[in-house]
Amino acid sequence: MLMNPSLSYDTVIVGGGLVGAAVACGIAATGAKVAVLDGSDRDFRASRGNFGLIWVQGKGADFPAYARLSGEAARQWSDFSDELHDATGIDVGLQQTGGYDFCLSEEEWQAREWEMRQVALHTEGEFEYQMLATEELRQRIPEVSGEVLGASYSATDGHVNPLYLLRALHQRMHDLGVDYGPGQAVQSSRRQSNEFIVSTLIGDYHCDRVVFCAGLSNQRLCRDLDMHIPVQPLRGQLLITDRVPAFLPAATLQVRQTREGTLQIGDSHEDVGLDESTTLEVITRLARRAVRIFPHLAPVRLNRAWGALRVMTPDGVPIYHQSAEHPGAYAISCHSGVTLAALHAREIANWICSGAQDPLIAPFSAERFHV
Amino acid sequence: MFKVLGDAGEQLVIELDGAEVMVPAGVSVAAALLYLDRIPTRHSVVNGLPRAPFCMMGVCFECLIEVNGVVDQRACQIQVHAGMRLRRQLTTTAESHL
Amino acid sequence: MKSSYQLLVIGAGPAGMAVAQTAARHGVEVAVIDEQAQPGGQIYRNVNASPLADIDLLGKDYVFGRQLVQGFEHAHIDYFANSGVWYLDRSGELGIVRDGVHHRVKAQRIVIACGAQERPMPFPGWDKAGVMTAGAGQILMKSAAMVPSEAPLLAGSGPLLLLLAWQYLRAGVTLRAIVDTAQSANRWSALRHFPQAIAASDYLFKGLKLVTAIRRARVPWFRGAHDLRAAGGERLTGLHFTCRGKPQHIETSLLLLHQGVIPSLQVAAAAGCESRWNALQQCWQPQVDDWGQSSVESIFIAGDAAGIGGARAAWLGGQLAGLQLAHQLGQIESTLRDSLAQPIRRARARHLAIRPFLDTWYRVADASLVPRDEALACRCEEVSAGEIRALAAMGCTGPNQAKAFTRCGMGPCQGRFCGSTVEQIFAQETAADPQQIGRFNTRPPLTPVTLGQLASVSH
Repeated sequence: MLMNPSLSYDTVIVGGGLVGAAVACGIAATGAKVAVLDGSDRDFRASRGNFGLIWVQGKGADFPAYARLSGEAARQWSDFSDELHDATGIDVGLQQTGGYDFCLSEEEWQAREWEMRQVALHTEGEFEYQMLATEELRQRIPEVSGEVLGASYSATDGHVNPLYLLRALHQRMHDLGVDYGPGQAVQSSRRQSNEFIVSTLIGDYHCDRVVFCAGLSNQRLCRDLDMHIPVQPLRGQLLITDRVPAFLPAATLQVRQTREGTLQIGDSHEDVGLDESTTLEVITRLARRAVRIFPHLAPVRLNRAWGALRVMTPDGVPIYHQSAEHPGAYAISCHSGVTLAALHAREIANWICSGAQDPLIAPFSAERFHV
Repeated sequence: MFKVLGDAGEQLVIELDGAEVMVPAGVSVAAALLYLDRIPTRHSVVNGLPRAPFCMMGVCFECLIEVNGVVDQRACQIQVHAGMRLRRQLTTTAESHL
Repeated sequence: MKSSYQLLVIGAGPAGMAVAQTAARHGVEVAVIDEQAQPGGQIYRNVNASPLADIDLLGKDYVFGRQLVQGFEHAHIDYFANSGVWYLDRSGELGIVRDGVHHRVKAQRIVIACGAQERPMPFPGWDKAGVMTAGAGQILMKSAAMVPSEAPLLAGSGPLLLLLAWQYLRAGVTLRAIVDTAQSANRWSALRHFPQAIAASDYLFKGLKLVTAIRRARVPWFRGAHDLRAAGGERLTGLHFTCRGKPQHIETSLLLLHQGVIPSLQVAAAAGCESRWNALQQCWQPQVDDWGQSSVESIFIAGDAAGIGGARAAWLGGQLAGLQLAHQLGQIESTLRDSLAQPIRRARARHLAIRPFLDTWYRVADASLVPRDEALACRCEEVSAGEIRALAAMGCTGPNQAKAFTRCGMGPCQGRFCGSTVEQIFAQETAADPQQIGRFNTRPPLTPVTLGQLASVSH
């Protein structure tokens, strides 16, 4: 586990969260020698705060390539889950029976309907959805209260246990011979002739390729290699309850029921900088909304509440960036490490290994922010 | 498992797993279960392991029991009162609480 | 319950009662909340409302608590029993559940006086029905006048274990045996603290008295025991262990464990108070100044919650915090505060003089902190020590990642009984200090609260 910094690698990946670990698996599977340099146990780790949704609906309403990317990622999930299970024995708890997003007001309903239509348009009808009014919704989920106006529904959505996914990816990395270094946050990096030198407090790592998947640290770290990667924190607070008898047949954006039976209730969108703390205000608001949607949950006990910082790009769409000045340097930033996991381990990993341009990935370059 | 020191003081009637039992007044539900020697008091949620009160001070959550229809109450934090209905959360009972 | 107070004290044990009374005496508006139905905390539980015919049975130290509780009950304080704090943040905002109703309260200053809990003592079978803590045995005696109906087995080490044994003997309970896990090697290192301990000679004599009484009762005493393993199916049937190289087995249906006490850190950690690993006491200790103010300006920590020192030191420490709070809240000048504090500090120092000796004598062997693979590290989610150990060996980042990967620490107890075990396993596997390893992140709720209670806000 402790690595000798004088070793050189084909690829060094900065960051061992959902993105870094998936990319590492994909690259290592080609036989390349890979190292993953990860931060510490108590750093801001967006992966541990992920809601766990595989979510296509609503994505890319004004960014067609993103709508298509999300759809493709969702389609590959089942196969990806099997692959991970066969390789590691770890079941990531995939349930892909569709996803509901509740509408609690007329305004919400109108806005949602517009969004869904846009995404369907961008994907030339590939994205399918339904707008369900209260009665039809309650036929599918009887526990929904009469106060709920309805919901949008997409059959390809679903959820997994994001923590088990991270565990499976780490196990796979380990089995593929990836050198993993926890507590080795990267301090700086530079290019030296045709290799990169990535520095941690322990020492320098030499590599032909470096991929930055360092969440909120990407902006700062990527500057060293002249990549401008704009990311901002956006806090989300979540609630988890104790186990409850199974009643939710599918994922919803507001409440999802895990394999163990616990309920995950979310979430907020707060612009508060690098502050992960929970607030009484939001916790009570999330509880109120959950009980408003599902009144039978009133006696259910809260197990824990926590906050995590999403990694948000200016338009909310992922950045897949390939450096022009320094071939071999890449940066990936997104807040959908679960939905896109399969693509990260496959198409994105291949794109990095090939060193070539890819027209499907080009729209996601950070160049789009340089106007 | 446990007995009361000295004279048996006031007792009261409660219902445990559908049957009436006599327990000392003024004690916690957990103490009453230990007095009745109804061990284990629950089966764990993951693997159904037999469990019973452990710390008696509300921090271990082993003594969870159904009280008057509400599941997962800490028995050590609730005082017995006449007529209360207790049901142990055992996986071997016909209706598991989950 | 008002929606705001000048001072809110969490916990009505000796420290909490002392802070409240001292501050109230100097004109501070004080509220005290406590989860139990009566004041006294765990150490003086039920002391003023005892079901026992004769509380002298529990010893002079316990009886001493009666005057503390009586003083508290007569003071000008808003006292709320059956109330738990589920949320606390650095801005002084609290979420409190009282008799099932949720209240939002703001306080200028908050004192965390939640006391201590027993240090987890994990070994294969420690989760079996019929295994309890020594503290549980004391609580049953104090609050229900109950004692074991058959001879119990006591295992572990520490003054509390011996105190329980002594109290049981006085109550006429026969003890099966004491399986003592204290290391004899510690005795020699403890002797270097002996001169300091003389200042608290009454503690030494008390200890001697306990040991003598237990010996006189001819209780089988297995010293230097290790490798404990509880046996049984639906309930406990006995304990296996090794003593002086020989395997032993004792049949019993009741096993009472004790391996020292550690500060209850949940509330302080959730509020963002810094803590440091105390290598001598083998536990995390909040950082406080000599008045008890934590790293968060609005929060003080008093009593065993700030560091294990015992009931008398807690009572005195609470008074010091009360004085500083009265000063900070504008009720007394610093000169008065200091002159009142001086004799209290002296008395407190005397009570604390015994600690280095006791802490060294009863230091828990590393092997007793880190269980075998087959033991459960996490009782709530049933995660074995072996699973945690394998992750640590593979290079997992630390306790929080291990928690994410296994659910260890995600159960109802939220890490109270597994956190220390996980830290120790990582420390052992990676040859690092617990200070470097770190702790589980502590999240609200700090006491059970339902979605319905949260949704309905009072005030």
